[in-house]
Amino acid sequence: MDKLKLAVYWASSCGGCDIAIVELGEHLLELAKLADIVFWPCAMDFKYSDVEAMDDRHIDVCLFNGAIRTDEDEHIAHLLRRKSKVLVAFGSCASEGCIPGLGNIKGPDHALARAAFETPTTDNPERVMFAPRYAMPEGDLTLPALTVQLRTLEQVVPIDFTIPGCPPNHEQIWNAITAVVENRLPEAGSLLGVDPRTVCDQCPRTRLGKIQVERFFRPHEILPDPERCLLEQGLVCAGPATHAGCGALCVKAMMPCRGCYGAPDGVLDQGSELLDAIVAGMAGESDAEIRRVVSTIVDPVGTFYRFSLGASLLHALKKSPLESGQRCETQRDGARGEGEHA
Amino acid sequence: MKRITIDPITRLEGHGKITLFLDDQGDVENAYYQVPEFRGFESFCEGRPVEEMPRITQRICGVCPLAHHMASVKAGDAVYGVTPPPAGRRIRELAYNAFVSGDHATHFFVLSGPDFFVGPDADPAQRNILGMISKLGVRLGQRVLRHLGESHEVIAMLGGRFVHPVMALPGGVAKAVTPEMQTRLIEIGESMVEFGQFSLGLWRDMVLGSQEYHDMIMGDTYLHRTHSLGLVDANKQLNFYDGNVRIVDVEGHEVAYYPPADYAQHIAEHVEPWTYIKFPYLKHFGWQGMVDGMESGVYRSTPLARLNVTEGLSTPLAQQAYEEFYDYMGGKPVHATLATHWARLVEMLHAGEKVLAFARHEELTDPDIRTIPTETPHEGVGIVEAPRGLLTHHYITDEQGILTKVNLIVGTTNNNAAICMSVKKAAQALIGGGKEITQGLLDRVEMAFRAYDPCNACATHAAPGDMALEVLVYDHHGELVADLSRVPAEGRA
Repeated sequence: MDKLKLAVYWASSCGGCDIAIVELGEHLLELAKLADIVFWPCAMDFKYSDVEAMDDRHIDVCLFNGAIRTDEDEHIAHLLRRKSKVLVAFGSCASEGCIPGLGNIKGPDHALARAAFETPTTDNPERVMFAPRYAMPEGDLTLPALTVQLRTLEQVVPIDFTIPGCPPNHEQIWNAITAVVENRLPEAGSLLGVDPRTVCDQCPRTRLGKIQVERFFRPHEILPDPERCLLEQGLVCAGPATHAGCGALCVKAMMPCRGCYGAPDGVLDQGSELLDAIVAGMAGESDAEIRRVVSTIVDPVGTFYRFSLGASLLHALKKSPLESGQRCETQRDGARGEGEHA
Repeated sequence: MKRITIDPITRLEGHGKITLFLDDQGDVENAYYQVPEFRGFESFCEGRPVEEMPRITQRICGVCPLAHHMASVKAGDAVYGVTPPPAGRRIRELAYNAFVSGDHATHFFVLSGPDFFVGPDADPAQRNILGMISKLGVRLGQRVLRHLGESHEVIAMLGGRFVHPVMALPGGVAKAVTPEMQTRLIEIGESMVEFGQFSLGLWRDMVLGSQEYHDMIMGDTYLHRTHSLGLVDANKQLNFYDGNVRIVDVEGHEVAYYPPADYAQHIAEHVEPWTYIKFPYLKHFGWQGMVDGMESGVYRSTPLARLNVTEGLSTPLAQQAYEEFYDYMGGKPVHATLATHWARLVEMLHAGEKVLAFARHEELTDPDIRTIPTETPHEGVGIVEAPRGLLTHHYITDEQGILTKVNLIVGTTNNNAAICMSVKKAAQALIGGGKEITQGLLDRVEMAFRAYDPCNACATHAAPGDMALEVLVYDHHGELVADLSRVPAEGRA
C-alpha cells in the first residue's frame, strides 16, 4: 500500500496545534513510517508552488488548523480543499473560531485602530495604517488584508471531519490518524478521535445533588473544594456544554472548564447550551431572585462563547458569507493606508 | 530593480516574509522583514474579566503560552494590588524557569544547532536536527528530547497541560505541590543543570573550536551596536519572572532603571504601513529610523541584551559561564549578534539551576498558595522576560475588574527594528558583487535573524528541518530570472 500523504497547515493560529502534533512524541516516529508529510510549514521546508503543482486530490488527509482571518488564509483554504481528498478542521480555531472569534463582536476595524493608533505606547502622529499594498521607493510591499469577520474553515470551504480542542489532545490526534490509516473513518461530518460524551462525564469531581447556585463566584474569589463539582460551588464551568476528549485537564488542575472542545454531539450552539445548563442550576423562584443570581455572572458572551463565537448561531444571523469574506473597511481599496512612502 | 522574496519563511511561529531589493549591479539596495499576520488581541480582550486573561492571552502563542500566562497574571496581581503567598510565587517561578530552559534548548538544538553542527554549506536536506543527530550521534538526540520532555512535564504537572496551562490566577496559583511532586521536580532540576553544562560544553568544543565560526561570531557581518534592555532583581541581576527593567546604552552605561508600571515613560512604538508589527524604541533617544549606534532609539531585548544588562548571575555555575563569555568576547557589552546563541545557553544553565533551587525549597509544598484579592481593581502592568525578549501586559479595568483598555508589547516585537537591520546588513555583506547566490550564502543571511529566535523559530519543537526560504529573483521588469528555493518537501518526514 502506498504511504499516506499527509499535510498540516496553519492559517490564523497560535502554533499550539502544531505543538500538539509534535507532542505525539514517539508516535511521531511511527507516523513517519505510515505517512509522507507532504506539506507542514511549521516544521518543514515547503513552497506554496509545491502545493499548487500537485494534482487535485493528491493529498490524502490535510489537517488544517487556524481560523480564516485574512484573504491569504482564504486562498490557502480553497487551494488545500482542492488538493486534498479529506480535509479536517483541526483544533478550535479552524472548527469554531476559538478565542480570536471574540473579535467578531467589535470587528477588525476596531482592532486595527486600537493597534495602529490608540495603545498608550503607539507613536503614530500621521495615523499610518497597515496597508495591503504599499509603494516603497524600491518597489511594492504587500500584506494579506483582514476580512470583515473571522470565519471557521467550514464557513469557507466544505470540510470532511473535525478534530476539536485548543489544542487537541495528542492521544486524540493519534486516534484520528490511526483511524485514517486503518480506513476506519466514521460518517462524513463527524468528530474524529474523541469520546462521544461531555467533559462532565470525564470529570473526577463529585456532585452532591441538584445544583442550586445562589450566587456565582469568579475563580480568583474563592478557594474551591478540590473534590466537589465546581459549578455546584458557584464557579461557571463549561463542562456540561462541552464535548469530551481532553480528559478534563483543567478541572483536574483546579480550574473550571472554558469549553475549548466545543459543543457536544447534537448541539448546534455551545453558548446557548451552557446558558441552559447554568440557568437550570440557579436557585431562586421569583424573577427578582433569578435576576440577582444572573447578575453575579460577569462577561456572559466572553464566558459562554469563549471558544465558539465564530461558529455560533449568533454569527449566522449577523453577516452573509459573501459579506463576511470582504476586506474590512479600513483596508478597502482607496482607504487610508494605501499610498506612497513619504 | 531586482527583488528577492523569501515567502513564506517556514518553521516559525506565525508567518514571516523577507523581501530583498537588488540594484542594477545585483547588490542589495534594501531589505524588509515583514510580519503578514494580525490577530487583534488588544481589541477583543476589552470586556473580559481580568482573572481570565492568563487563559485568554496564551492563545497569542501556543509555543510560549507560559510567558503570556505569567505576564498576564502579574498584571492581574497588580490590578488587584494582591501579592501571592511565598509558595504560590515559588511555584510560578519554578514553572517559568523550567519553561525557559526547555524553550532555549528547543531553539538552540532544533533550529540553530544545525547551522553550527552541520554547517551552512552542507546539503540543506541534512541541515536539520536529523542531520545533526546523524553527525553527533543518536545519544545526543535522545538527550535533547529527554530535556524537552522534562520541561513539558513540569508545566503539565503544575498547570494541568503543557500547551495553554491553567496554573495561575490573580493572587497565586490554583494547585499546590505535593511531596511526591517535589521529589520528581528535584530530579528534573538536577537533570536540567546537567543538560545546561553539557550544552555549553558542546558550544565550546564544536563552535568556538572552529576558526570559521569564531570568525563569523567576531566579524562585522553580524554586528550591531545597540542599547540593551532586560529585567533584573534588586541586586540588578537577571530575573526572568520579576523585577525592574534596566536599560544600558551601547557603551554599557545605565540609562534607565524603572518599575514595570513606568514602562510607557521609556518605550514607544513606531508604526510602518508595510508590516503588522510595530517598532518599539527608547524614548530617551527617540526614533531615528532603523540604525544602530549611541544616538539611535533602537535597542535589543534578547539573551545577549539580558547579559549585557545584568550585574552577574545569581547561580554559581551560570555565573562562571557568564564570566567565561565576557572574557572570551573581550569585555562588556557584547554586540555580536551570533553571540546571542552563547548567551542563550548561559541563560539555559541559569534557568536549570533556578529550577533545582526552587524544587529543593523546603516550603515548596506549603498548601498556602493563594491570596484572595480584596482591593478594588483598577490598573496594572505585568512584565516577564519571555525567552525572546521582554513581555509587557498592561491592563486598565473598571471597578468590577472588567478590562477597558489593553496594551501588549511582546518579546519578538522589541527586536523588530534590530531584526530588520540584521537581515539587511547580512544580505548586503553576503549577496552581490557579482557573486553567485548559493544556498550556503542564503543560509548565512538566515543566520542573521535566526539568532533572535523570532517567535517563529520556537514552533519547531523537536521537528526536523532547516528554516526554508522561497527565494525568487526578479529582474527590473518583474520577470522571474531565478528560483533558488530549497529542496521540495515531498517525501521528507
